Amino acid sequence: MTQSMAPQVSEAEAPAAATEERGSALRWVLPAAGLLVALALPWFVYPPVAMDVVAMALFAIALDILLGYTGLLSFGHAAFWGGSAYATGLIATHYGVPFPVAVVGGALFAMILAIPVGYLSVRRSGIYFAMVTLAFGQLVYFIAYQWSDLTGGENGLQGVPRNFFGIELVETESFYFYYAALPILLLGMWAAWRIVHSPFGRVLVAIRDNTPRARALGYDVEKYKVIAFVLSAGLSGLAGGVFAISHGFVALTELHWSTSGEVVLMTVLGGIGTLWGGILGSFLVVSLADYLTSSGFDGTDLVTGAVFVLVVLLFRRGIWGTVRHYWLVWQQRRTTSRRTSAGSDPPGS
Amino acid sequence: MNAVLQYAVQGLAAGSFYALAALGLAIIFGVLGVVNFAHGAFYMLGAVAAAVLLDTLGLSLWWSLLAVPVLMFALGVVVERLLVQWLLRLDPLYNFLLTFGLTLVLVELVKQKYGVSGLPYKAPDVIEGRVDLAGVGLPRYQLFVFVFSAAICVLVWLLMTRTRVGMIVRAATEKPELARALGVNVGRWVTPVFGFGVALAGLAGALAAPFRAITADMGSNFVIILFAVVVIGGLGSIVGAVVAGFVVGMVEAFGQAYAPRFAQILIFVLMALIILVRPAGLFGREEVSA
Repeated sequence: MTQSMAPQVSEAEAPAAATEERGSALRWVLPAAGLLVALALPWFVYPPVAMDVVAMALFAIALDILLGYTGLLSFGHAAFWGGSAYATGLIATHYGVPFPVAVVGGALFAMILAIPVGYLSVRRSGIYFAMVTLAFGQLVYFIAYQWSDLTGGENGLQGVPRNFFGIELVETESFYFYYAALPILLLGMWAAWRIVHSPFGRVLVAIRDNTPRARALGYDVEKYKVIAFVLSAGLSGLAGGVFAISHGFVALTELHWSTSGEVVLMTVLGGIGTLWGGILGSFLVVSLADYLTSSGFDGTDLVTGAVFVLVVLLFRRGIWGTVRHYWLVWQQRRTTSRRTSAGSDPPGS
Repeated sequence: MNAVLQYAVQGLAAGSFYALAALGLAIIFGVLGVVNFAHGAFYMLGAVAAAVLLDTLGLSLWWSLLAVPVLMFALGVVVERLLVQWLLRLDPLYNFLLTFGLTLVLVELVKQKYGVSGLPYKAPDVIEGRVDLAGVGLPRYQLFVFVFSAAICVLVWLLMTRTRVGMIVRAATEKPELARALGVNVGRWVTPVFGFGVALAGLAGALAAPFRAITADMGSNFVIILFAVVVIGGLGSIVGAVVAGFVVGMVEAFGQAYAPRFAQILIFVLMALIILVRPAGLFGREEVSA
């Protein structure tokens, strides 16, 4: 038997129980701390890089809805991230609307694009799904490459404006732009959290853990997978749109499979099926790449690739997954010892 | 009419090349259950190795076609022993990700060593120029690629169907449990089969050296086309990989002739159609409880 890529059921179910038992403390402390870090980030990190970190974090979280909670590894998510980046850039360039409107337009475009891609891709699962999504991602890449009248081809889409109701500080200073764009991305993360913790999300987990049983229970498995795919694409699009506006430029690289691979790395590094792990993964990968580039080392892929190999070989739980694992082990030990000391359990049990 | 014939011949030549390149991917998947993302990187290394052998030792293409697969086989064995083997028992997605990471490393290493511009390669004089085949002009080298690739495909097919080794490998592919029960040491074949698949990728690279630009990125888009080939053919089916290789070669040749902008896109459209009509691919078996 092969061990499934997604975390074991007990581990995925346990956190809910653990937090319930501990009251609401942890449930509020962690998001509050995360919010504080997000608000403080541009004070410590160069603001455009901070924006990259948060945008990529939402991208990784969106991917985890599929990888961690539905058991589908999409290796073509660059199509939605980059597709939305182009759509957002074109809307912003041609209509001069405030950037949040353009970003929402880009995300909608990504969702529309995801319908046929998802419909076709969910006909295969496992490793086949990864290959098929990879190929469709490449199809989108080639279309953008060839359609250079619209996309600028290899030169990319230049001079994407950053309109924001005429508020000049936001439009020119990346520090203030960060705070204008942050709510969009946080909203996306909240939506991801809502999705996986909704009844719909529980069905996704059921499909991941036992597809035939979910089918036997009467769930239209393919429909659920397509919906998850489209939602994930929409959130990726939200992230890609903000990324495009932040850079004022869309490169063809955003659609390339190397971008799909990068986001998979972030998700795996953070921890598959942990959702918030994507934030850690994004922070590490983006700041590592930024550090390497700024220190004059031009072989970023060398490091990224080596990290990929090492994580897959030795650290498959990812950071958040590892922390959660040991937290649960500790919790369990504490509960058992408390029970034993209270004498509620007969000795030796 | 003549033009159509011309494109058909070009399609056959390109197709045989795709078939050769996809063969190793299909064999590795068949026996190990590993989708080797690094196949494109190994293909690139094969071409680079041929260029370096010519440059430093003066080995001509003929010798490279012999030496490169041997070198790549050794590399494949090292990669399997060092990395791939640890993940064979886990979800195949892990090895997909591992070989993806390996691809980034290999491509970047070649970039650092040889730069991003192409390495030069001079083909032997015998295969320069054009030949005239029944009124169809064809670069001599294309004809050679066709004959050589087709011959290798036939050889591999004979190896798989007519020899004891091939029988064992097929048994290990189709019914690993039963093969084990009958006393076949399936595990023993895993490493050589991986090396063999990598050697085929390297051979395709060496063969491509005279007519493709030899750069670190030459395998990056190529491997995705190979994925489309094996998805069309049915992953794990060796015959499927070869047939789909020819189909894709034809689509590309005619696409380039009549709609050059869409030649690459057509391959993926074809793949989408196959998935729609026959999700398992032309020669693939249906998945159990997909």
